[in-house]
Amino acid sequence: MIKHLKILEFALSSLWRRKFKNLGLIVVFSLIIFTLSSIVFLTYSFKREAVAVLKDAPELIVQRLSAGRHEMMPVEYMKKIKDIPGVGKIVPRLWGYYYDISTGGNYTVMALREGLQDKISLMEGSFVVGSGSCVVGRGVADARFLDIGSIMPLIGADGNVRRFRVAGIFTDESNLLTNDLVIIGEKDFREVFRIPQSIATDIVVQIYNPTEVDNIARKIKEALPDTRPITRREILRTYDTLFDWRSGMVLTMFLGAILAFVILAWDKATGLSAEERHEIAILKAIGWETSDVMELKFWEGFIISSLSFLTGLIGGYLHIYFFGASIFSPALKGWSVIFPEFRLVPYINIYQIAVLLFFTVIPYMAATIVPSWKAAITDPDVVMRG
Amino acid sequence: MKYRLFISIIMVEIVILAILFIRGAGLAGKYQKDIEARRMLVSTLMLTDLSIWTEARYTRHPSQTDIFSPFQDYPSSIEHFPAGSILSPEGVYLQRGGKK
Repeated sequence: MIKHLKILEFALSSLWRRKFKNLGLIVVFSLIIFTLSSIVFLTYSFKREAVAVLKDAPELIVQRLSAGRHEMMPVEYMKKIKDIPGVGKIVPRLWGYYYDISTGGNYTVMALREGLQDKISLMEGSFVVGSGSCVVGRGVADARFLDIGSIMPLIGADGNVRRFRVAGIFTDESNLLTNDLVIIGEKDFREVFRIPQSIATDIVVQIYNPTEVDNIARKIKEALPDTRPITRREILRTYDTLFDWRSGMVLTMFLGAILAFVILAWDKATGLSAEERHEIAILKAIGWETSDVMELKFWEGFIISSLSFLTGLIGGYLHIYFFGASIFSPALKGWSVIFPEFRLVPYINIYQIAVLLFFTVIPYMAATIVPSWKAAITDPDVVMRG
Repeated sequence: MKYRLFISIIMVEIVILAILFIRGAGLAGKYQKDIEARRMLVSTLMLTDLSIWTEARYTRHPSQTDIFSPFQDYPSSIEHFPAGSILSPEGVYLQRGGKK
């Protein structure tokens, strides 16, 4: 034990002799771990949050397609769907997008169904939406400086401005769901967007037996060939894929960080300096065994990688769960004007952290030990003479 | 004795990490009530997507977009115009939320 501690002490002294180089290495290595762990924490929390809250998303949504694109749905389609055995309640949904010229933001405008008032929490004010009033998300309220009782104007499809009194504002806790929402009454919605009574945006279908969802979706597709049924399972699968580490930007960032790490490890693996080779040769010459030299190099790799890994991991955690992914925000935001502040639940996946450890610390230590082993098995005299 | 300092630093970092993770696990339990409220919101308003990216239809409602039609709009879909991936949008265009 004493021998191991002495070698550790020697390794620390050896690293301290080249302190600026090694501190620089720790900073870079920590930054790579910080980036990778931030991505892992962010995507996993998003995924868990999406799966947790969208468990209660509509069981089956039926859209209409025309020329390969989403089209408004005639309400009469509901009759044909109603005739399919196993189908429960059918509710038409009215929703759309509104571009607000004064803020440059896109809002999602939904029509309110009656009888929802008592069920909604996570909001300030009231959810009582009559004609001429609305409920807005926090993002919309912030963009337009709205408060309860303020006026929210919407320019209708006919060019006329309609004013809505803000009856309620969703709280920050629901930001991930309601940030860009503007909820108005059904009559108002049809007036603003000039949508006749005979059509809706899409239809939500309740199904009595959950095991029958796919079967009923197939029957709807057969009865109404120009429709596209979307099941809850598909919605959840979308989010599972969307926040998968292999998806889009996450992969780009991930690959960037991994590449940086590979360069770092490659440099270490191939670049054993003449000074380091001399040091190994001298140690061998004064009686160190090859195993002792290997242990020394193991400790050197361990010191740098463990310090960097832990520092990077702590930094990643603080970045995502204390500072709301503020460094990633400009990249994540894209062109979105209305973008929520993240208050993510800290879900930790130990398996992912183990994978991160395996893909960073282990290769780095291997990259430290292997070239040293090559130098250690060479005759010290040959190494010292260069 | 440098090794004592090193072991102390490592131990302090492990303890900080353990505290953060334990706190996280505790908060996840505490947030369960909020999640129930959010689930109720999803169920009542019949929501299908998270309100994260509001720049385009297919980013606001990824679950409702199509992935099969030609010239599809979809996150990570193949860029139809190669310049689109390297050309940055003009400033005014961005300020207006991507609308001309």
